[in-house]
Formats: sequence, C-alpha cells, structure tokens
Amino acid sequence: MSDMWITMGPQHPFSHGLWTLKIRADGEIVQEAEPVIGYLHRGWEKECENRTYPMIIPMADRLCYSASMTWSHVYCKVVEEAMGIELTDRAKYLRVVADEICRIQSHLMWLAAMGTDLGNLTVFLWSLREREFFLDLNVKLCGQRLTTNYPRIGGVRNDMPYYFERDCLRAVDRFEKMIWELVAMMDESAIFLSRMQGVGIVSRKDAANFGLTGPTMRGCGVDFDVRRDDPYCNYDQLEWDVAVCNDGDAYGRYKVRIEEMFQSCDIIRQAMAKLDAIPKTEPTRVKAPRRVPEGTHFARVEDPRGESLMYLVSDGTDKPYRLKVRSPIFVNVSASKHLVKGVRIADIPAIMGTLDMCLGETDR
Amino acid sequence: MTEKMIEAPTVEEIAAAVDREFSYMTVKKKTGVRRIHYSCDRKAIHDLCKYLHDVLNFEQASSVCGVDWKDHMQVVYHLSNYETGIMVEITVDVPNDDPHIDSVALIWEGADWHERETYELFGIIFDGHPKLERLLTPQNYEFFPFRKSYKLRGQE
Repeated sequence: MSDMWITMGPQHPFSHGLWTLKIRADGEIVQEAEPVIGYLHRGWEKECENRTYPMIIPMADRLCYSASMTWSHVYCKVVEEAMGIELTDRAKYLRVVADEICRIQSHLMWLAAMGTDLGNLTVFLWSLREREFFLDLNVKLCGQRLTTNYPRIGGVRNDMPYYFERDCLRAVDRFEKMIWELVAMMDESAIFLSRMQGVGIVSRKDAANFGLTGPTMRGCGVDFDVRRDDPYCNYDQLEWDVAVCNDGDAYGRYKVRIEEMFQSCDIIRQAMAKLDAIPKTEPTRVKAPRRVPEGTHFARVEDPRGESLMYLVSDGTDKPYRLKVRSPIFVNVSASKHLVKGVRIADIPAIMGTLDMCLGETDR
Repeated sequence: MTEKMIEAPTVEEIAAAVDREFSYMTVKKKTGVRRIHYSCDRKAIHDLCKYLHDVLNFEQASSVCGVDWKDHMQVVYHLSNYETGIMVEITVDVPNDDPHIDSVALIWEGADWHERETYELFGIIFDGHPKLERLLTPQNYEFFPFRKSYKLRGQE
C-alpha cells in the first residue's frame, strides 16, 4: 500500500490550539511525522524590547492562559536576579501558594482536555467544576481568574485577603476528597486504560535528549524537578516528594500529573503554616529600582508544563535589551515527531494529550 | 573521547575539567551556586558541547538563543545536568559578516528547534543542522525580525 500524507490541524479536536501535525501514514501506522507551528507567532520577545520592565508582567501572564502565575513569576524572578533583590519570606511563600494553585488548576484543565480527547465528557465537566474552586481562589487573591497579574518585581502585589487561608485550606481539603471520583472514573474504565497503557513509550535517555521537561519527562523516569533540584522561593524548606513514574507511556505521564496535584495540596498546606508563623507586618514587596544594571541573567521555574526559563540581557536602561523565553511546550512539541512514530493514528490524541499543549507560549 | 562519565559533577569538577580540556578556547566568566558561565570560541563549541554531554552528563540543552549586539552577534547555550541541577551558560560570539556556527542538534535532539528559531529570527546559520528552515515565520520571509536593525513602530 502506498503512503499517504495526512495533515492533522490546525483545526482539529486533538490539537488544543493552532498547530499542525503532518503525518505520513502507511495504512494505520504512522511512518513519519512533522509538527508545524507558528500560527500564533506575535514576536513577544521583540515586543518586550519596546516596553519598560513593569509593563512586561501582564504580557508574561498571557504567554499561557492556564499557567499565567508561573510565567509572570519567572519573569519577575529574572529581573530580581538582575537587580540583586532578595524577597521577604512572606512574599516567597505567597508566591509558592499562588504557583501551586496555578499548578492544580492547570493540571485540572489538562485532565479535562484529556477526557474529551479520549471520549469521556463527564471527566471534562467534572474536572472543570473542580477547577472553578481554584479559580475562585485566584479571584480572592488577585481579582482575576486566569490572567492574574499578581507577582511584582520585588515581591507580590498584595498580601492575602482576610479569610483567604481558611478558603484555601477548605478548597484543598475538598479537592483531595473529590479528585478520587475523577481518578476512579478514569482508572476503572477499561477503555481509558487500553488507550493509555503501553502507548507512546519514551525511554529515559530519549526523554532527556529530546529536551522533554516537567511531568512529561518525569513520566518517562527522569527524576528531576526544578523546585527540588534548583530550589527557589524557599521550596527547599518544605517537605514534599517529586512524582516520578518509570513506565514512560501515556498512562505513566497521567499518573505523574495526578500525583503532582496531591503534592501541590501538601505544599499549599505547609506554605500556609509557614505564612502563619511570619508576622503580618512583614512587607510583601520590596522597592525595586526603575533601571536594571548592565548584565545577563537567567532564571528558571517549574511551570505546570515543564521547565520555563527566561534569559535577560540588560543594557542599563529601563527596557530589556533582549528577553528570551524558553517555553517547555516549544521543546515538547518538537519531540512529537519521535513520540508518534510507529503508533496507530487513533493513538495520536492520547499521546499528544499527555504533553498538555499550550500554543501561546510555544509560538510566543 | 574515551573518558569515563562523571554522573554528578560538582561546579568545581566541571570548571577543572573544562579548563583542562578547553583552556585555549574558553574563558570562564563567573561561577555561582549551581551556575557556571563560559564564553567560548565558535570553533570549539561543538567539541565543548560533546564533551559536556558525553563526559559531564549534561543530558539536556535547555535553550539556545541569539543576541544581536549590533557590532557582532552572540549565541547563548543553556545546558543542564539532571543529577545535580547545575546549569552551564555558554556564550559564543559570531561576526556579523560571517554568521556561521556548528550545530549541536545532533548531540541534543532538543536543541533542534531552538537552532531553527535562532536562524530565522537572527539569521545565524547553524552548519550541520539536519533541517534549517523557518519555523515560526512564513517560509518566504527574507528578513530577520529580531535583529536590532529591524525596528518596531516607536523604535525608529
């Protein structure tokens, strides 16, 4: 049988954004694949060269709608490193809480998308329902559901409001009970298991070489987490485990994300306890100068999707000379040509679903 | 290179090993906690990256990016080691009139798209790259938008 080129996307239910996967199929088997991106390229990095440092924070939010907190965090972090500012403990723990809320709601968004990819609409509706509780926490903390605009250069915008701690712990407690329903719905479904287990296996060596990061990489057996191995924001003073699964298939990556949500709940509780011990009078924000001294700096943060890195070149003015964004999904999607090689076409949504696509940060 | 791989090298071990092997081509700029910054001659970048990958266990090329310094261009590599969390930054200067540099995409598969992106935005050509085509911008573009000579509105 002769080979056939099939173009999946840019408008395709599995793509979760605008991108194209071109595949050469022999019958049902994918022989070769080539991802095509660039539909959303808007020159983000060049635009930043035209703006002052504080003006970039809300732009960084819009790199990825469901990981806005970590993107503005990594941006603020690189500018703080360039200015040599040390945050107060209170600001650090507030950022930890905000980041972990962001991680949970981002993983729930992924779970919802995964549910629809595999034909389970109940999972979609239920995980979006659970996600609302965490978006409500975002509203209480910073007034926005998605594009939060919360971190500032030198700290965070505001301290947590009254009763935020109570609401946060309630949401976390409730979430830990409710998530089991969702997990059961997926784990006890024979269809779900047969579509995920043993599909899209990546070895540990390949995962590192392809540049996969985050839960996708940890699902392939690489035991690395920026939060633990290159700690920032007092993550090294909290007790938690890095979720790792050695299977390397789509189901392994699913398990890692589920486990990560539980770990995030633990981190939120501990950070809240730490915040309790810090006097409320401690400032949440340090005054930052307008100009950044000349030099080059980089900072990296564990995004819900992987390792996000920003590289800043400053020339002593109040605008960056060059700001490079290393997006985790940009690299993960480049590996998709290896991930889908030799699988059936029907398995592609399950494999690409476990990458948790987000095109805003990919094309920048 | 037949040296035995060091699984989890410390910052001092990396600095000593690179000084021993590449002292004629690299300059150590500064070191920090889990950070080393080097600048390297562009003739040695492929060998240096291969050495870091094979001997010092730098399994991942986190990012490759370009910087336009007007009088010359620069390629910046960020490489990370999973055992220790150490990140190495290498800057390589490339002249404006001959923007060629050896590709590392065959050492790290993950550097593939980063190099394509740097090529299309800065016009730096990576020799030996398997598929050096435009990635984010349309194929028929003939300019390199991230060069400083390309002005945005309000920058003129």
